[in-house]
Amino acid sequence: MKYVDEFRDTRAARRLVDDIRRTATRRWVLMEVCGGQTHSLLRHGIEEELRETVELIHGPGCPVCVTPAEDIDLAQQFALREDVLLTSFGDMLRVPGTRKSLLDVRAAGGQVRIVYSPLDAVALAQKHPDRQVVFFAVGFETTAPATALAVRQAEQLGLENFALLVSHVRVQPAMESILRTPGNRVEGFLAAGHVCTITGFDSYVDFVREFRVPVVVTGFEPVDLLQGIRECVRQLESGRAEVTNCYARSVRREGNRHALVAVEQVYRIADVPWRGLGVIPSGGLRLRPEYARFDARRRFEDTGCEEELPVITTPDCPAAEVLAGRMRPSDCPQFGSRCTPDSPLGAPMVSSEGACAAYFRYRTPAVDASQPAGASQQEATR
Amino acid sequence: MTESSWQPGCPVPIDGVEPRITLAHGEGARLTRQLIDTEIRSRFRSAPLATLPDAAHVEGTGGRIAVTSDSYVVSPLFFPGGDIGSLAVHGTVNDLAVSGAVPRWITLSLILEEGLPLPVLQRVLDSVARAATECAVDVIAGDTKVVPRGAADGMYLNTTGIGTVIGSPPPGPQAIQPGDVIVVSGPIGRHGMAVLCAREELAFDPAPRSDSAPLTDVVKTLLRVADGNVRTIRDATRGGVSAVLHEWADASELSFRLDEARLPVSPDVRGASELLGIDPLYVACEGTLVAAVAPDVAEQAVEALRRHPQSAGAAVIGSAVERTICPVTIRRTLGREQPVDEPTGAMLPRIC
Repeated sequence: MKYVDEFRDTRAARRLVDDIRRTATRRWVLMEVCGGQTHSLLRHGIEEELRETVELIHGPGCPVCVTPAEDIDLAQQFALREDVLLTSFGDMLRVPGTRKSLLDVRAAGGQVRIVYSPLDAVALAQKHPDRQVVFFAVGFETTAPATALAVRQAEQLGLENFALLVSHVRVQPAMESILRTPGNRVEGFLAAGHVCTITGFDSYVDFVREFRVPVVVTGFEPVDLLQGIRECVRQLESGRAEVTNCYARSVRREGNRHALVAVEQVYRIADVPWRGLGVIPSGGLRLRPEYARFDARRRFEDTGCEEELPVITTPDCPAAEVLAGRMRPSDCPQFGSRCTPDSPLGAPMVSSEGACAAYFRYRTPAVDASQPAGASQQEATR
Repeated sequence: MTESSWQPGCPVPIDGVEPRITLAHGEGARLTRQLIDTEIRSRFRSAPLATLPDAAHVEGTGGRIAVTSDSYVVSPLFFPGGDIGSLAVHGTVNDLAVSGAVPRWITLSLILEEGLPLPVLQRVLDSVARAATECAVDVIAGDTKVVPRGAADGMYLNTTGIGTVIGSPPPGPQAIQPGDVIVVSGPIGRHGMAVLCAREELAFDPAPRSDSAPLTDVVKTLLRVADGNVRTIRDATRGGVSAVLHEWADASELSFRLDEARLPVSPDVRGASELLGIDPLYVACEGTLVAAVAPDVAEQAVEALRRHPQSAGAAVIGSAVERTICPVTIRRTLGREQPVDEPTGAMLPRIC
């Protein structure tokens, strides 16, 4: 498959691993921001292969994990209304809110439909004029352009029965928040290639100047990731901190102008709560006043103002520590024993982009045996 | 209703647009009989159906018989590469075939939702008839029920299959030995991905196409070449290849080691699975088998399978080893072993 196979080439990957090992004079601490990158690093064994050379801290870039439980609860309330058809990306369905997931709500008779694109939700609104179709607009800068287009399309079609529950988040403010957190250890970032495809990477120039950490725009296949890591290590070894694009087959400096304009027209930047991380200044998007009539929160006049809601975490789940990169999933006492993808305690174990799910799915068989509280117990009782 | 649209003798009430199934079709009275006469018996001409006895009698063979039963609730009813009708025949025939039996007869029970357009039923029944002919099985008994609108999703089918056991079938997964080789008869995950993409209306180009097909000849080929050295065969349906290997690991008390580079995956399934974040190892096949064979016949077996058009994509994907902590592992890009977990729950496409 073009653009995949050449970036999964074992020999090319092996050469890069050797190069990184030769370049590093000490063990550098890097953060890959995106959950897709976390999965790829673990799936292809890169994290383990480089363990002596770089410490990879997994960032909060899993859209499912950082969507506040309160927003999921709200989506559930909408789904249970008789006049509403709630539409969502499939990944959101298994994630628990404060008590249950959208899958539970669907089983209890709630109207929840998986769509692949927000434009499919607009089509459903056209098809069912007697129903209010609400789309659960979650995700980073990668999904925001499509939801913005959906709103504009609904406006052009004059649809009165389409609305968004907006829970969009922005990557860069979260990276800033991590660097400002006392005790932060991150020395370099692998920036999320898909997000930069939309946003470009000009905005990182000031970021790099302010924080003096390298930001390397990185893709998702093994060779992409290793090239990103090598560039980051090279900069750190030579005392540089620059913005570099190692994902040039997808990312341009200026990003995708059309997508950015669509987002700019429909959304404003807002301080929003992240699950497990609290309110991040400028950390999300909300509808502009001129599109407020498409805001499901308003249309259904549901509970209070989100900014005042407390940050809820499950008592036994240190998801906040994992999302902020302060705890490795496998170091969690619940990992693999009380918390597995079958019975998750927190969002990072649920989502296909979550760091805990990645650790569980791609764990090393040999490591299991040495972990008394880990996956080995789960295996032994099967 | 216009005069021209009304045809005397039509067994089905007409609502002005197209004829539909009504509750009356399931109540055992005249409409039921007419439906069975015009739609069922006209298509399936086996001897027992000619007289509609309470139970079909067929000529036995004196030997052992194999029986299997399965229900089909797939949505949508039609998908690239097949439909609920052909699937109901292939699925049941394949369960018989991989157990080492020759499929002979099937039953066909229909649960229809009130309001189902008659042409949809006709299309499905035509497909059942075609598949039965292709698989050389006779439809010998059946049943029709109609449930109120909303109590079913269009239609459900149930088929029971009966086959005759000839020779000595493969002994089963408990006979697998360390060193035995795991073979698949073709690219994996095609049926599940085709149905998922059709259900969610994901417009991939090319759209994944189901592999739904009878495995009878593929099994015959394998048994002919590797006679006595085939430990067990399964069709990798729900849960895909991963589910089969986990069951075998339980039964054999061994582990299985796969090599990602050797897994056959068609470009359409590969594209969809990369985009959706769904591993083809967990996705259902309906015309692809997995077999455990002795190492010294593996190469021969794969060569013979590849000469058969339906299993042209056959490949060795791994082997059985002494039991380790993980029942199934896979070797990926940098040569590292990782566990393949048992499939859980529904496949949910990822966000980005």
